[in-house]
Amino acid sequence: MSLLAPAATPSRARFSPMRIALYLVLILLAIFYLTPVFAIIITSLKTTAELARSTVWELPKTLALDSYSTAFTALAPSFFNSVFLVVPATILSATLGSLNGYVLSKWRFRGANLLFALLLFGMFIPYQSILIPLVQFLQGINLYGGIPGLILVHIVYGIPICTLIFRNYFATVPRELLEAARIDGASVIRIYRYIMLPISIPGFVVVMIWQFTSIWNEFLFAVTIAQTPTQQPITVALQNLAGSLAPEQNIQMAGALMAALPTLLIYILLGRYFVRGLLAGSLKG
Amino acid sequence: MATASAQRVVVERLPKSRSLRLPPWEKITPLLLVSPSVILIAVFVYGFIGATIRTSLVRWNSALPDYTFVGLHNYQRLFQLERFQADLVNTVHFTAIFLAGCIVLGLGTAVLLDQRLRGTLFFQNVYMYPLALSFVVTGTVWRWILNPNSGVNVILDNLHLGFLKSGWLTDTHTALNSLGIAAVWQMSGFCMAMFLAGLRGIPEELREAARVDGANEWQLFWRITFPLLRPITLSAVIILGHISLKIFDLVYVMTFGGPGYATDMPSLYMWVATFAQFLYSRGAAIAVVLLLMVAVLIVPYLVWNLRGETEQ
Repeated sequence: MSLLAPAATPSRARFSPMRIALYLVLILLAIFYLTPVFAIIITSLKTTAELARSTVWELPKTLALDSYSTAFTALAPSFFNSVFLVVPATILSATLGSLNGYVLSKWRFRGANLLFALLLFGMFIPYQSILIPLVQFLQGINLYGGIPGLILVHIVYGIPICTLIFRNYFATVPRELLEAARIDGASVIRIYRYIMLPISIPGFVVVMIWQFTSIWNEFLFAVTIAQTPTQQPITVALQNLAGSLAPEQNIQMAGALMAALPTLLIYILLGRYFVRGLLAGSLKG
Repeated sequence: MATASAQRVVVERLPKSRSLRLPPWEKITPLLLVSPSVILIAVFVYGFIGATIRTSLVRWNSALPDYTFVGLHNYQRLFQLERFQADLVNTVHFTAIFLAGCIVLGLGTAVLLDQRLRGTLFFQNVYMYPLALSFVVTGTVWRWILNPNSGVNVILDNLHLGFLKSGWLTDTHTALNSLGIAAVWQMSGFCMAMFLAGLRGIPEELREAARVDGANEWQLFWRITFPLLRPITLSAVIILGHISLKIFDLVYVMTFGGPGYATDMPSLYMWVATFAQFLYSRGAAIAVVLLLMVAVLIVPYLVWNLRGETEQ
């Protein structure tokens, strides 16, 4: 998968009207994609007085960090709620996915294909179709209302995608490696522990980045299940910020940046793995 | 979940040879390893879908469960409701603009980035970063940009393009399209990534051969490149189509279905009916309709992908 590899060396003439036109289109498109970031940054650095219609797209005159401190005070608890949600949910769903991927690619039993298909379907369902019994179930086991319940939910509904990525990853491991280990007397579990697990670190990176981003950004489960105000993940808190606490746009934009920062940083630093998760392994054909 | 289901199912082909043989006492180990996941999925996906179907067939219309069987009555009522009829029309309308926007922009940017220009990597990263954001962040920002009093209308005024001004999200005629702009901004990068990977997989020799045969670049694209991208286009349509049917966060944040029912969607109405109006059976019925719509799209897609593998 060389999607993010640099393209081959430029092959055409350096300055031609065609190339200038191409760059113009590329730049115009970049402006379209970057405008919201520009809006976030300039607005969040303004004082409330500067939010007037006439100066709304102008750069701030001074760098006012007030909206950041207000947004930080309001959102810091939910930011850490999200951290406490994302870390265990990511690790556990990745672990289950890794075991499933190992078995479904290397120790296929009768019905493994059907099982895999039924597992994958779980990744596409609209979660509205399980939401009512899910809430009842969580209420029944006293996990409704906060982060622990959300952790369970994200582990379970993360299984299909983690399994898919790991199954594709393990499928490329040569069979001879396992055969050799079998001859040496290694058990199914020992092969996993001493061969497959160590070589699947890149798979873990892809899966964990994917799960981190998805769970951090998730909203439907969060807004339905995290009813306790002190137990809200950041997506819910950001949405509530607009509704009640601080309706000023500069504070909302500072909050939006705070909510976006972790996943944005991951994208900037580890974009290659993010895209690999997005395309779920190598391409067909 | 902006990107959680933005997944293209690519199933790595397993070698044709059978699995390794295991002695009888070890045969159970693989089953034990997958059993926790199998049980969880069986209960949380299939068991819960069953429970939702059951809820849609009873008369549970208050905070207290009432399991009196009423057959398909809830569905009959649902399809007579003005709000749900509006939802269905909105879903089709939104899906059409969302798909068109993502594919045109995604294919366009992919072809541009495949021209081997310097700086391609930079532009590629810029076009794709919205995928890392949540729909809640996207909604918060675009709600501000599309605010008639403060956002893009001001720019249009300054450029003397006042005739292009619009009420955007506040006008019943433009609200759904405005929502579409934000959704396309967020997801077109996914389409681009798929097309770009497809384009880079087309051997240069193929295009070179066509050039030698006298094809111009335009013919080259429509006769060679585009037909080879057809399976990817189909995948993109199915994946983006099912995201569009499920769209919830963006609507919740930007319009909450308004003005009127102009941007209401089944996914949002299900949530409102269930958790705000306590019409559990109606909510369940909407959820089942939504699930069927998604299944019609996804089940053939899964079969197509998984069968492709066993044929090998």
